[in-house]
Amino acid sequence: MPSSHDWINKPLGVVEAMFAQSNSNPEWEAKVLEYFKGQLKEKESHSWVPSLNDVPLHYLKPNSLVKFRCLVQDMFDPEFYMGVYETVDPSTKANVLRCGKYKDVTECGVDLNSRNTVTAERQTFYCVPIPGESPWAKEISFLSAARVVPSTSYVPSRQKRSYEEDDDDMDTQPQKQREPHTETPQIQPHGNGDSKRQETEAPSSQTTTPSDCSSHLDLNFPLPGERGPACLVKVYEGLDSFKLNDTLEIYGILSVNPVLTVLGEENMETPEEQRAHDPPASLVPRLHMLYARPLQHNNPLLPSAPTEDQSAFVSSFLVEMASVRAELLAYLTHVLLGDGLAAEYLLLHLISDVYTRRDVLPLGKFTLNLSGCPLNSYTERLYQIVQQLVPCSYRLSMSLHTMNSMRLVPKKDYVANRLVSGALQLARNTSLFLDETQLEQGQLDSSGVRNITALGNLISWQKVDYDFSYHQMEFPCNINVLVTSEGRSLLPSDCQVPLQPQVTPPNMEEYLTTIHMAQFTSQINKFRVYLSLARTLDYSISDEVTKAVEDDFVDMRKDDPQSVTAEDLHRMLVVARLLSLSLGQTTLSRDGWMRAKHIDMLRRSRTEQQKSLNGNEP
Amino acid sequence: MSLGIEVDMSSPLMYGTPSSRVEGTPRSGVGGTPARQRPDLGSIRKAPQVDLHSDADGAVASEQALGQKLVIWGTDVNVGTCKEKFQRFLQRFIDPTSNEDENAGLDLNEPLYMQKLEEISVVGEPVLNVNCSHVQSFDADLYRQLISYPQEVIPTFDMAVNELFFERFPDSILEHQIQVRPYNALKTRNMRSLNPEDIDQMITISGMVIRTSQLIPEMQEAFFQCQVCAFSTRVEVDRGRIAEPAVCRNCNTTHSLALIHNRSAFSDKQMIKVQESPDDMPAGQTPHTTIVYAHNDLVDKVQPGDRINITGIYRAVPMRENPRQSNVKSVYKTHIDVIHFRKTDEKRLHGLDEDSDQKLFTEERVQILKELASKPDVYDRLSSALAPSIYEHEDIKKGILLQLFGGTRKDFSQTGRGNFRAEVNILLCGDPGTSKSQLLQYVFNLVPRGQYTSGKGSSAVGLTAYVMKDPETKQLVLQTGALVLSDNGICCIDEFDKMSDSTRSVLHEVMEQQTLSIAKAGIICQLNARTSVLAAANPVESQWNPKKTTIENIQLPHTLLSRFDLIFLMLDPQDEAYDRRLAHHLVALYYQSEEQIEEEFLDMAVLKDYIAYARTYINPRLNEEASQALIEAYVDMRKIGSGRGMVSAYPRQLESLIRLAEAHAKVRFSDKVETIDVEEAKRLQREALKQSATDPRTGFVDISILTTGMSATARKRKEEVAQALKKMIQSKGKTPAMKYQQLFDDLRGQSEAAITKDMFEEALRALADEDYLTVTGKTVRLL
Repeated sequence: MPSSHDWINKPLGVVEAMFAQSNSNPEWEAKVLEYFKGQLKEKESHSWVPSLNDVPLHYLKPNSLVKFRCLVQDMFDPEFYMGVYETVDPSTKANVLRCGKYKDVTECGVDLNSRNTVTAERQTFYCVPIPGESPWAKEISFLSAARVVPSTSYVPSRQKRSYEEDDDDMDTQPQKQREPHTETPQIQPHGNGDSKRQETEAPSSQTTTPSDCSSHLDLNFPLPGERGPACLVKVYEGLDSFKLNDTLEIYGILSVNPVLTVLGEENMETPEEQRAHDPPASLVPRLHMLYARPLQHNNPLLPSAPTEDQSAFVSSFLVEMASVRAELLAYLTHVLLGDGLAAEYLLLHLISDVYTRRDVLPLGKFTLNLSGCPLNSYTERLYQIVQQLVPCSYRLSMSLHTMNSMRLVPKKDYVANRLVSGALQLARNTSLFLDETQLEQGQLDSSGVRNITALGNLISWQKVDYDFSYHQMEFPCNINVLVTSEGRSLLPSDCQVPLQPQVTPPNMEEYLTTIHMAQFTSQINKFRVYLSLARTLDYSISDEVTKAVEDDFVDMRKDDPQSVTAEDLHRMLVVARLLSLSLGQTTLSRDGWMRAKHIDMLRRSRTEQQKSLNGNEP
Repeated sequence: MSLGIEVDMSSPLMYGTPSSRVEGTPRSGVGGTPARQRPDLGSIRKAPQVDLHSDADGAVASEQALGQKLVIWGTDVNVGTCKEKFQRFLQRFIDPTSNEDENAGLDLNEPLYMQKLEEISVVGEPVLNVNCSHVQSFDADLYRQLISYPQEVIPTFDMAVNELFFERFPDSILEHQIQVRPYNALKTRNMRSLNPEDIDQMITISGMVIRTSQLIPEMQEAFFQCQVCAFSTRVEVDRGRIAEPAVCRNCNTTHSLALIHNRSAFSDKQMIKVQESPDDMPAGQTPHTTIVYAHNDLVDKVQPGDRINITGIYRAVPMRENPRQSNVKSVYKTHIDVIHFRKTDEKRLHGLDEDSDQKLFTEERVQILKELASKPDVYDRLSSALAPSIYEHEDIKKGILLQLFGGTRKDFSQTGRGNFRAEVNILLCGDPGTSKSQLLQYVFNLVPRGQYTSGKGSSAVGLTAYVMKDPETKQLVLQTGALVLSDNGICCIDEFDKMSDSTRSVLHEVMEQQTLSIAKAGIICQLNARTSVLAAANPVESQWNPKKTTIENIQLPHTLLSRFDLIFLMLDPQDEAYDRRLAHHLVALYYQSEEQIEEEFLDMAVLKDYIAYARTYINPRLNEEASQALIEAYVDMRKIGSGRGMVSAYPRQLESLIRLAEAHAKVRFSDKVETIDVEEAKRLQREALKQSATDPRTGFVDISILTTGMSATARKRKEEVAQALKKMIQSKGKTPAMKYQQLFDDLRGQSEAAITKDMFEEALRALADEDYLTVTGKTVRLL
C-alpha cells in the first residue's frame, strides 16, 4: 500500500529530521533534494503522488507531497525568508533552532533578534495548468493515476490518509468535505473537459471579463474559459534554469495554511498587487518545490522522461510507424472531404516543431494555410478532430469582435505587478487553430491591428513580443499554427494548400461524426502516440543527399529562375524533413527528397490553378 | 537632531548616534544651521559605542587614546578616526583625469571636493555628492566601512563635512546642514544579483522607474499635549513606532496626552517601483522589480520611464508580528532607502559616454576585443558574422556593419549649424522574399536600443510621440514612439513603401536634423531622435523592374531617398554558381549542428560587445591624408558629372563618405581615419550607387536619380522633346488651335526616337509653363 510512504504524507518530517541531523551543516539541503529525487526515481513511485491536476484541492492533505503539471505563467520577485530561525519557548525559555525552508509560516515565538537567524532567498512562480490541454489528455492522465493504486479505489484511500493525520496537525482543513463524495473527483475531469469545449466554441464574448469564469478572483489563465487550480510555486534551487512558459511537472509540498490570507499587515503594496501575489490559499495553494521535471510533451500515452523506457518504447513503435501513418492519412483524407494532398500536408503540419534557431530564424516551423474551407461549422468540426489528436490545442475564431477585443499578447500590469496573460502565452507544440472563415468585413481598431501583427510575428518568427509598457520583450515560442480560410489567408504562412473536396456530403455534421465514430479509441490512441513521437525523432542529412539536393536546386533554377526561389528551397527542405520523420526515417533519402519535391509540385500547381481561376488575385 | 543633547564627544559613556551629536559639538561652529533629519539612513539605531578595551586604565587615558578605542556597537567604525579620514579625503582628493560632467568647470588639479564645498557656499544647496570610487582610491578601508555600515558612517561624514565647511565659510547661511550623498558604490550593479548578504549595506543598482506613489507624509517626531495641564512633550519615532507616553510628567495624570498632528514633524516619503533594465536580464525570464523609498528632497525627482542608477541602503524588514497570531509569515519585505539618484538618460545630452557603460567590460573582455581588432581581416570577419543565416550580400552586410558603428558625433552648434549627423541611414530595396525582413530582425535583435516597426502598421503617431492623459492624475503625459525610443540606436522600418505620406514626412526631420518636433495638446517640444534608420522597401510592382530607375520602382519621394547614405538593391542574381552556393548554404543551415555553426562564425555576444565598445570608446578623427583623399574623392565625383553636363555629387555625398570612413576606422578600433578607411567608404558608396543610381537608359551611374528623382539624361531628353515640339508648332505657322491627337501623331512622325504619350504630355506641360500654349481638353491653343 503506497499510502504508508512517509515521504509522500509527511515530507516536512523528512526535511526536519535531516535538518536536525545536520548541525547547521549547509549540505543537508542538497541531501534533502537527493533523497526526494531518489524516491521519485523508483519505479512507478511518481504515480503514487497525488496530482493537483486531478484531485480537487480540498481532498488533498496540507503539507503532503503533491505533483502539478503546469506552465510557468509569471515569475514574481525573489523574496527573502528565514531559512533558519530560533524560537523561544515561553515556559522554559529554551532556544530551539528551526528550519524555515519549504514553509510559509514560522512556529510560535520567533526570536527576531537572534543572531542565529539565517536569511535565505527563494522565488515564487505563478503556475497554471497547461493551457488548452485536450480533454482526452486530462482524462487519460487522471485514469492512469487512479489505476496504479491497487485494490481499493483512489479516493477512499486518500480520505483515510487525511483522516489519520488531521489529528496531529494544527492547521486542520474544514472537515465536512470528507463526506461521501467518493465519485466526485472521477467525474470532475470529464465535466471539466466538456465545459471547456463548450467554452472555447462559444463566441468569446466573455474574453473581456475573464474574471467571471472562476469566482471573483482572476486566476490569470492564458485562454478564456479555462479551469483548474493555479498555484504559487516557491522555488529554492536552480532559479536560472527555469524560464517563462516552461512546462513542468513539479513535485512539492502543498501549503494551504489559512494564515497566509489572514495576515493583512499594513503594506506598501496596492490592494491589486496584494490580490495578485497573496491570493487566498484555499483558491491558489502554495507549493514548495522539491523537484521539477521539464516536460517535453504532455501526452500521457507516452513515457514522459527520456529514459531507457522511452527508447524501448520508441524502437517498438518505429516498426508500426508506416502502417499507423497510412491509417492516419486515410482518416485525415476522409475528414478533409477526400482530399489526399491536403491530408498529407495536415499530417506534416501536425508533427512540425521548431527544432532550432539560427540567429533570428526559427527552423522547422511549418504553418499551414488550408484555404477553400467550406463554411458553416466545417472548421469547427475540423478543430474538434484535431483536438482529439493532439494533447494541446486552441481554436481562435478570428471574428472582428474577437480580434478587436481579445487580449492575445501578455501585458505587464504594473499596478498589480504581474504579467496579465494573453491567448498567445501557450506551451510548446500547442496547436493553434486560427479560423479565418469567421472574419467578416469591417473595421479593425488599433488593438485589432496589434493582434493581427502579433499573429503575423508569431507565424513568421515564432516569437511573441510581450508588452512591458515601457518596452517590449521578446519571448520565443514554438506553436503550430494552422490557418483555415476561404481564400488565401491575410496572415503569412509557410505553405498554402487549397482544399479540393472530392465528396460533397449533404449533411456535413453527420458525415464528420460518422467518420469520427468509426474510429476505435485504441486506434485514435495510436494516432496520438504517433504524432507526439514523430516529432521527437532525430534527423540528419548525409553529404551525398546534400549534394543531390544542391544539384536539383541548380537544375530547377536553370529552367525557370522565377519559379524556384530560396524561399521555396527553405520550404522543400522542411517538407522533406517532416516527410521523412512521418515515415519514421531519421535521415533524408534521395527518394524522400523526390517525394517532397513531388508533393510540393502538386501543391503549387493547385495554387496556380486557383490563381488563374480567380484571375486577379495578387 | 532636535533633542540636541549636550554631550562631551570624548566621554566613554557616550550613547546615541553620531548624527544626534552634530548640533551639540561646541567647537564645530555649526550651531547656527539647523540639522535636518535623514530618513534615508533609516530609523536611528540606539546603538551605543563600545569601548573595546574597557578596563580601569580607561579613566586615565588621554582623550586621543580613548577616541581610538571607541567604536559604534556592532561595527568597527570609530567616529573620530572616520571623521578625520573623511576630512582628509575632502581636503586632498584630486582626480586629474576626471571626465564626469558633474565636474565640468572645476579645476581638476585642485582638491575636487573643496571646490564643491565652495560651490555649496555660493549656490546654497546643502548637498554634497561623493563618488564612492574616489573614496575607494583614496582610502580603501574607509570605503569598506562606508559600504558595510552606511547607516553609521554617513552621519559621521555629515558631521565631518559640516565642521570643515563652517570652518571655511563661517558666514554662509544654509537652509540646513550639508548632507553627504555617496553614489556609485561598486558593490552591486544588477538587481538580480542582490542577495541576503547585501542587507543593510550600501549598494548601487540600475533600473527603470515603473511607478511612483503619491507623496506620503511620514511622522518623524510626534507632538503630544496633555489634555489636563497643557504640558507638551515630543517623542521621536523609533523604528517606525511612536511610544505614546502613558503618564504626563507635569501633572502625573495617566493617559491624558493626545497627539497634536499639526505640531508634529513630518518628512516626505515616496514609494518608487524600479524594474531591472532589459539589458540585464537573462533571456526567457521576466524582469525583477524592487521597491525604493525616496525621502525629503529626493521625492518626485524621478518619473516613470526614467532610467536611473540608485545608490541606497538595502533593507529587509521582517513581517510585523501580529499579536493575535502565534506564528508569522517567514518572509521579509525588502526595499531600498535611496540616498542618491542618477538619471542615466540625462547624460545622453552630453554625449554617448556613460560611466555606467565603462564598467560593463571586464579586463579580459577588452583584451579579447582588442585582439580581435588587431586582426587584419576584422572587417570581413565582423561582416560575415552579421546574420550568418542570410546568404552572401556581402556589401549590404558591410554597409549595415558600418551603420552599427556609426560616425563620430560632431558639434557645430557654435557655428550655427547644430549637430552634425553621425548616424548612417540605409535603405534596402528589392524583390519580395529576399530576406530583407530577416536582416532587419537580426539588426533589431543585435542592438540594445533597436526598434522594429512595419510601415504598414505604424502611423506617424506611433513613430514619433503622442500625448496621453493619465486617467488618475488627469495629467498630460508624452508617450514616445519608436523613433524616440531608438535614440542612440537603430530604428528598423520594414515595408517602408507602405507607409503613409504623413508618416514619412516626420522622417525628413529625423533623418537629417536628428530631432523630432512635437506640438500637440499644448505640449510643444523637441525631442532627440539620434537614430539610424534601416529601412526595407518592396518595389511597387511585385517584381523589381530593371528597366526603371530606383525611384520609379519604389515610388518614394527623392527628398527622402537623398537622406539615405547607402541604398542597396537586394536582387536575385540568377546565376548557376550562386544558386549552388545558396543551396549549399541553406541545406547546411538545416542539418548542421549548433557547434559547427558556432565554430564558423563569431559569437553574437562578442559582436555585440565589440560594437558597444567601439561606440563608447573610439572617436576617430580625420588625419591629413584622409582629408586629402576625401577631397579628391569628392572632386572626382563632381568631375565625372561635369563632363556630361550634370551634377554627379552633392555635399550630402561627401558627408556620408566621411561618416562611412569614420565608421570603418571604428571597426578597426583606430583613433584616426586613414586612407584605407576612405578607400573602403568610397568603394561601398560606389557599390551602392552602382546598384541604386544606375540610369537604366544609359547605364551610367547618375546621382541625380536619387537627389532629384530624375536622371540627367531623362531631363535632357525632356527638354529636347519640348524644343522639338515647339519647333514643329512654329513651323506650322499661324494656327492658334490644334487638335491634341494630331499634334501627337505629327511629333511622333517627325521624331527619330520613339515618343511616348507621357513624354508628349510632359513636353506640352513644359511649354505651357513657358506660357507658350495652353491645353484645354483635346485642343491646344497658342498664346
